[in-house]
Amino acid sequence: MGKVVLKLGNDISTDAIYPGRFMATVLPTETPQYCFADYTGFNTKARTEGFPPGSFIVADDNFGCGSSREQAASTIKGYELKVVAKGFARIFLQNAINLGLHCIECPKIEASEGDELELKGTKLLNKTTGKEFDVLPMPAARQAIIDADGLIAYTRKRLLEKQKA
Amino acid sequence: MGMTVVEKILARATGQEKVKAGDVLEPKVDLAMSHENAALVINQFKEIYKGTNLKANVWDPSKIAIIFDHRVPAESAKTATNQKKIREFVAEQGIDKFHDIRADEGGICHQVLPESGYVRPGAVIVGTDSHTTTHGAMGAFSFGIGATEMASVWTLGTVLNVEVPKTIKVIVNGKFNENVGPKDLILYIIGKLTAQGANFKVIEFHGETIKNMSLSGRLVLCNMSVEAGATSGIVPADKETERYLREVAGVTDEINFVAPDEDADYVQVMEINTAVIQPQVACPNTVDNVKQVSTVTDKKINQIVIGSCTNGRLDDLKTAADILRDKKISKGVRMLVFPASWRIYKEALNEGYVSDLINAGAVVMNPGCGCCLGVHQGALGDGEVSLSTTNRNFKGRMGNPNAEVYLCSPAVAASSAITGYITVPEKGNN
Ligand code: SF4
Repeated sequence: MGKVVLKLGNDISTDAIYPGRFMATVLPTETPQYCFADYTGFNTKARTEGFPPGSFIVADDNFGCGSSREQAASTIKGYELKVVAKGFARIFLQNAINLGLHCIECPKIEASEGDELELKGTKLLNKTTGKEFDVLPMPAARQAIIDADGLIAYTRKRLLEKQKA
Repeated sequence: MGMTVVEKILARATGQEKVKAGDVLEPKVDLAMSHENAALVINQFKEIYKGTNLKANVWDPSKIAIIFDHRVPAESAKTATNQKKIREFVAEQGIDKFHDIRADEGGICHQVLPESGYVRPGAVIVGTDSHTTTHGAMGAFSFGIGATEMASVWTLGTVLNVEVPKTIKVIVNGKFNENVGPKDLILYIIGKLTAQGANFKVIEFHGETIKNMSLSGRLVLCNMSVEAGATSGIVPADKETERYLREVAGVTDEINFVAPDEDADYVQVMEINTAVIQPQVACPNTVDNVKQVSTVTDKKINQIVIGSCTNGRLDDLKTAADILRDKKISKGVRMLVFPASWRIYKEALNEGYVSDLINAGAVVMNPGCGCCLGVHQGALGDGEVSLSTTNRNFKGRMGNPNAEVYLCSPAVAASSAITGYITVPEKGNN
């Protein structure tokens, strides 16, 4: 359960999530300071007060379009936020899965900032409006990476298997 | 049901007779490209090996390419230190497809790869850059991935969990109108498909117009396919691909032409006649906000940019030079030119294009990404407007969220430099 702390529209680009001018900063421990840097209100709140873990960002379609920069996933992950979107751009979604940022594809989601959301299996419940929405399941191949706790651990496991063979 | 080009490539890369859209595969990688973000890849690569008692060596140094282009020469101590770390890693691992900040080998990764002969038809190519789609122009399946995924490729030599994408077939016929070319075509297509219309799909280009198009133009189409969300663009390899590989890239070994089956399965077919396409412009702040140039001609411009991995090639510089020769850029407008590689820069010098541009008032910068991603050079002031031949106009893209970016062809950019307003190129240019 958590509150919607940011509500966004369609085609939110990686330049909006993590502007290019901060791209020389790469370490997941350092990227959170620039999260949505040009949304100054949100960024200031994130850095000063933070959010309760499990809070949500909600967006419409094509969230994370644009560049392959992984900082866009690590910067959000730094605040333990979950992202609910009607749809995600491919590279962003894969980066999120690889780094363990929780993304929920929910094609019909309706929510406003401040609403309380709860994930219940394959449904997402907006407790504020009382409406419930279907969540699309993750393909099995992606689930394997999530279950292994991210791509680093998953690749390490595969590497060790290869060594044994 | 037959196979598309990408399905055929993936069948070969996984040693299977047949694959189809939706299958999840782990293809072998023929080329793995990174730029300065290799600094993060190295970090994640070392993480993978932590606690394994194994020495962290890449799977095959001959299949890794690293090209410095995003911030060259380094704009900050941080970038310079990242670049230093990468140089050390490259030397330690024996990676020789490394292009440093040097005028005898440097440039933007998406130009250096094709012109160096690293891209082959039928190959599987991954790059830590979303515009890795560019190399589909040479008949490869080439797509962008993140840094951690690249670290995994460096370790295993395969990309994990690739879901075979569905393919959209785009058939283009007809001769281009005057002052209309590949950039206008791809902007037109993105306007029709929208910024998400090709998400998780491949765009395969066909038709007479494509057949007659130079490789340089095909690179523009595939470069910007990602702006419709495509995993990759692809032009099946043909005579023109072969010409480029032999004459420009100096490749002498056998070429593997991969064509789609007649009965391949396409999720969507789009037919375009070029007669309907007039000069196009993508307006702020999304690439699919495409209009005809003639409808926005009252827009005053502060900065013109010609260059990038989209339109910084020799034919683009020629177009600009032909329009600006013996003319002057409008007062109050600054024009920045970034050739896509040093090789192109030298060719443009020899042809006299660089003098033409400089005499008109343009600042010809060193090859590299320059102001395309808003980190390095040519930032915009608050409220300023840039007209650019690059590929993205998202808010903040050129370093200032309070500035606007319009995207267009080199002909529109050069014509607008003279008037200071977004301008339809005059007849007779091209
Ligand atoms: S020129 Fe621009 S789009 Fe191309 S690789 Fe460089 S930053 Fe990316």
